Amino acid sequence: MNQSQTSTGPILTTDGIPLKVSLKKAERINKIRAFLLVLPLLAFILITFLVPIGDMLARSVDDRQINTVFPKTFEVYKKWDRQGLPSEEVYKTMFFELKNSEGYAVGKASTRMNYSKSGWKSLLKKSKRKFKKIEEGPFKEKMIATDKKWADPEYWLALGQMVDPTTMGYYLNAVDLKYDSSKNIVQQKENRRIYNKTWIKTFKVSLLVTLFCLLLGYPISYLLATLPMKYSNLLMICVLLPFWTSLLVRTVAWMVMLQQKGVLNNLLVMSNLIADENRFQLMYNQTAVVIVMTQILLPFMVLPLYSVMKTISPTYMRAALNLGASPMHAFYKIYMPNSVPGVSAGCLLVFIIAIGYYITPELVGGKDGQMVGNWIAYHLKTTLNWGLCASLGAILLAMMTVLYWAYNKIVGIENIKLG
Amino acid sequence: MRMSQKDSFVKFEKVDKSYDGEILVVKDLNLDVPKGEFLTMLGPSGSGKTTVLMMLAGFETPTSGEIYLDGNPISSIPPNKRGIGMVFQNYALFPHMTVKENLAFPLEVRKMQKSEIDEKVGNALAMVELQDFGNRMPLQLSGGQQQRVALARSLVFEPRLVLMDEPLGALDKNLREQMQYEIKHIHEKIGITVVYVTHDQSEALTMSNRIAVFNDGKIQQISSPDILYEKPNSSFVAQFIGENNQLKGKVKSINGENCIVTTESGDDIHALKINVNNNGDGSLVSLRPERVAINSSENFENNFDAKVKELIYLGDHIRSRVEVCGNDQFIVKIPNSYKEANLKEGSTVKLSWKASDSRALDLN
Repeated sequence: MNQSQTSTGPILTTDGIPLKVSLKKAERINKIRAFLLVLPLLAFILITFLVPIGDMLARSVDDRQINTVFPKTFEVYKKWDRQGLPSEEVYKTMFFELKNSEGYAVGKASTRMNYSKSGWKSLLKKSKRKFKKIEEGPFKEKMIATDKKWADPEYWLALGQMVDPTTMGYYLNAVDLKYDSSKNIVQQKENRRIYNKTWIKTFKVSLLVTLFCLLLGYPISYLLATLPMKYSNLLMICVLLPFWTSLLVRTVAWMVMLQQKGVLNNLLVMSNLIADENRFQLMYNQTAVVIVMTQILLPFMVLPLYSVMKTISPTYMRAALNLGASPMHAFYKIYMPNSVPGVSAGCLLVFIIAIGYYITPELVGGKDGQMVGNWIAYHLKTTLNWGLCASLGAILLAMMTVLYWAYNKIVGIENIKLG
Repeated sequence: MRMSQKDSFVKFEKVDKSYDGEILVVKDLNLDVPKGEFLTMLGPSGSGKTTVLMMLAGFETPTSGEIYLDGNPISSIPPNKRGIGMVFQNYALFPHMTVKENLAFPLEVRKMQKSEIDEKVGNALAMVELQDFGNRMPLQLSGGQQQRVALARSLVFEPRLVLMDEPLGALDKNLREQMQYEIKHIHEKIGITVVYVTHDQSEALTMSNRIAVFNDGKIQQISSPDILYEKPNSSFVAQFIGENNQLKGKVKSINGENCIVTTESGDDIHALKINVNNNGDGSLVSLRPERVAINSSENFENNFDAKVKELIYLGDHIRSRVEVCGNDQFIVKIPNSYKEANLKEGSTVKLSWKASDSRALDLN
């Protein structure tokens, strides 16, 4: 025994192998087994989640499309001093690259060019058709003859934004800013400012939904946690029931409930509470989005709250009463602080889900209730402006990260409890 | 004033309690606790003792009857207005507050001055010897320390009465014994009235002035620990408190204070008549193991031959199971001295005991 006390080297096992090595060896099989168990999920997440997210993030700054369609043009374009109109050489390379390129590639490039200066798309489309008749120079004059826009320096200057293979343009666009023709950051035109309003609206709706979920969910969770088992089980089923019904069905049911000639308004009119012509406008606006999303997201608030409240021993309240606190005071001073981990988990969960919500605002939001998620979907499916989609999504992601970080600083992430 | 204050600080008068309207958990409870007494309610789980405590604290209302505190009925007073301290089973220390904040809570609720609160909290911490732990969170304390904080918290607002609901149940054996003495000493020092609930008889015997043994919603016997142990008046109490030998038989004859009970094996046992009334009644004769002499030369009223079945070495004494009067679960405790060292399993010994140590009780 004195051997192990005097020796300064690593502790050895009985067969003389260092203990740490031996331990590692013994644990290795377990580690490999554990790794193999999670491998399918890991691969799945990697392929279907991390890779697409990385790809989308890359797209939000990617600006190489034009450079691949008009590589030579950009080479000569870079030499231009940005005064007046470009030289004949620029016109000439542009002419041939446009004339000889594939139609779909031009389509893609012209879409991107249109983001910098609207009008490019139609100009290229029209010109590509007309250029077929032109065989030889001088190209500058002949091109200007086909369309006067070729003589507008604005168009040429706008191309300058695309010289770099990366751009912040999509991000600027996502917050109602843009580059002007000399690459200064300026505000969008008044009638094109839509995203800042949408961001504010998205935050407002998410906050309201979180708040209402908390207000509605707290008492229910308290009941669930304190009622005897036979009642609380029934109540729990009621809370979970919405989970067993399709989201779409629930949303449509709300549409039936809330519309102007819907159940709720009919009841109010029938009971003479409101006049027939004063029916509430509860559908296809922000109100509808808040009502329906609150109902849909309520379980996400109730479950973490419940699981935390379940762990708050009822004797705390009894002790507080016994020590002389009134029931209200005891609740405020003893019960509420102990339920904070559940409150924060529930709020964070609901807020995160709400901020990216898409289907409900789409169905019941009308024009007024569209959130960022709807714009992402719109650009993804309709305008095919994936760069903008990616930048909107990335901003959303960044916001959540900041929120999470702030939460961790203020409350501490270890205070979150989901069960 | 309805009654003399000294005799009855806490009074239960004909209290019944039922939770479901079908079963009475507490039946016709009448109990008086004088000021300054340490009363323990002892009983198996489900015997109603905790319900009694909860009614006193105000967390349960009596179904009928009335409880008086210091002569005033309290059934309609909410728990937070009763001014009764309580130590809960799992301490119920508020986990989000430091020890000091826990102790200050009842004082803050009473809107005391900051300086007064600090002083009282300091005194309470000193009382349980935890002066250096005031800024710890409860979960950073050991079980025994948490227990002491809970005790200090129940006393810090100087209540007239303190209730304790199995406060030592979660501690290990050594700590439990240590805390028993600590609680006992604090009680002696400040002279407060304590009502204590436990199912641990040794705890009850150590600390109490009086013990009320509960079973089936009723007090079976209420008396000081020594009387309870030595003079149980029913076979339930005899079984519940301490180790006990029981010999089953029928009453053969009654002679004033004494009686003779005949066992099924035909042996006649001389015993005190406690709660048997007629000849021919079934009876359990109860006898403490340490009151039985082995191979004694003294002449007692009861002398029987017994066969040693089993010997268990327990250090300070040898516990031997013998068969006597038809009962093969009869336990005799033999002190570990040179005299009895030659006892062997299977041998026959002479057992003898006094009639006054054997008590003829009901057959339940």
